[in-house]
Amino acid sequence: MKPAPFGYAKARSVDDAVALLARYADAHLIAGGQSLVATLNMRLSAPRLLIDINALDELKQIACNGETLTLGALVRHAEAERSAEVARHAPLIAQALPHIAHPAIRNRGTIGGSIAYADPAAELPACLLALGGTVELAGPAGRRTVKAGDFFKGLFETALGPNEVLTAVRVPVARPDSRYGFAELARRHGDYALVGLAAAATAEGAALRDVRLAFFGVGATPVRAQTAEAALERGEDAVAALARDLQPADDVQASAAAKRHLAGVLLRRVAAQLTGTRA
Amino acid sequence: MTERFHDIALTVNGEPVHERVDARRTLVDFLREDLALTGSHVGCEHGVCGACTVLLDGAIVRGCLTLAVQCDGARVETIEGVADSGAIADLRAAFEARNALQCGFCTPGMLLTAQALLAHGGVPSREEIRAHLSGNYCRCTGYHAIVDAVEAVARGRAGRRK
Repeated sequence: MKPAPFGYAKARSVDDAVALLARYADAHLIAGGQSLVATLNMRLSAPRLLIDINALDELKQIACNGETLTLGALVRHAEAERSAEVARHAPLIAQALPHIAHPAIRNRGTIGGSIAYADPAAELPACLLALGGTVELAGPAGRRTVKAGDFFKGLFETALGPNEVLTAVRVPVARPDSRYGFAELARRHGDYALVGLAAAATAEGAALRDVRLAFFGVGATPVRAQTAEAALERGEDAVAALARDLQPADDVQASAAAKRHLAGVLLRRVAAQLTGTRA
Repeated sequence: MTERFHDIALTVNGEPVHERVDARRTLVDFLREDLALTGSHVGCEHGVCGACTVLLDGAIVRGCLTLAVQCDGARVETIEGVADSGAIADLRAAFEARNALQCGFCTPGMLLTAQALLAHGGVPSREEIRAHLSGNYCRCTGYHAIVDAVEAVARGRAGRRK
């Protein structure tokens, strides 16, 4: 199908985008457009105005200050995939990126778009949650920072206000004792995951502390598995503990029972990545 | 500034193009309907099938998920331009020799997507080729012959570089 008619404006700055959002009712931002244009084509959404932020160079930076890696909202998936800074400072994100869709989509899709869209089966929201990252927002009342754990509110629902622009995400940089794990199961490479898991931890001798397990594809948002996290920290059977953390529903791809089983399979694989052992 | 119709200027296959477009016009519809470049195909229209693959500023993108109005100032190349340049003559020959197409609907997208992988150099594994082409659907041949063709061209190009 073809999109319903809409007006189009190029934002000249973040402030201009915020002003346009405030001035026009039923306006949407467009960045990479890899989810939005599909919904326009299918007429699942029909905004009156698209505000294009692709020209905003201020949102295209990848920067590290030693503590935090900042990815501008308009950094394309493919750029992050090629970035030595992302590989070095955010290896979890580097590990997740090749799983996102297909090369032609990653050339256009953006980091900020994936976070703002907040698909519950998407990789990057789970990575941000596992890393304990933050989201930077700009709105009519100024700029604010929201923790990943507070950002994902519900199904495709986030803390992003109607007149706000997501400008960047920040994650703490990897340290020598940082450990990461990532795995997902999809019917076809590049599809949204049946179930996925992004994980971060700190190594302390042979043990792990500060374990953060963020599952995706098992709920309305990425889901922390805190009982399993504690079990992993104690060196106990985390897969058994997982039953208390996840309440997946049946969906078109898999039954709840299958998702629970697969989540356990992924947890074993990811736990092995975190501890550096073989699954 | 918030209008529906916009003037855009871009290059398509090296030729300067100036057109007035409806903001809702996708890039692939613009190429096909306004410029009569019908080598890029319209399949699923939601980014899944890859038949509409074109190059935007040198990178493969979905023509159905990019708006023409967003291509103001851009450099667009289609299968017509890339084929005429001779850059994929070996790939086209390999597709033909190995029967890697039947109806041909997916072929322009397959060729441009495969060329993007081959441009990295080296000889990718069959798994890497399959992963790279995973966003391009073929409903006739299946993928075996396509992977064979891409692998053969990768080997051929690697041999020529030695």
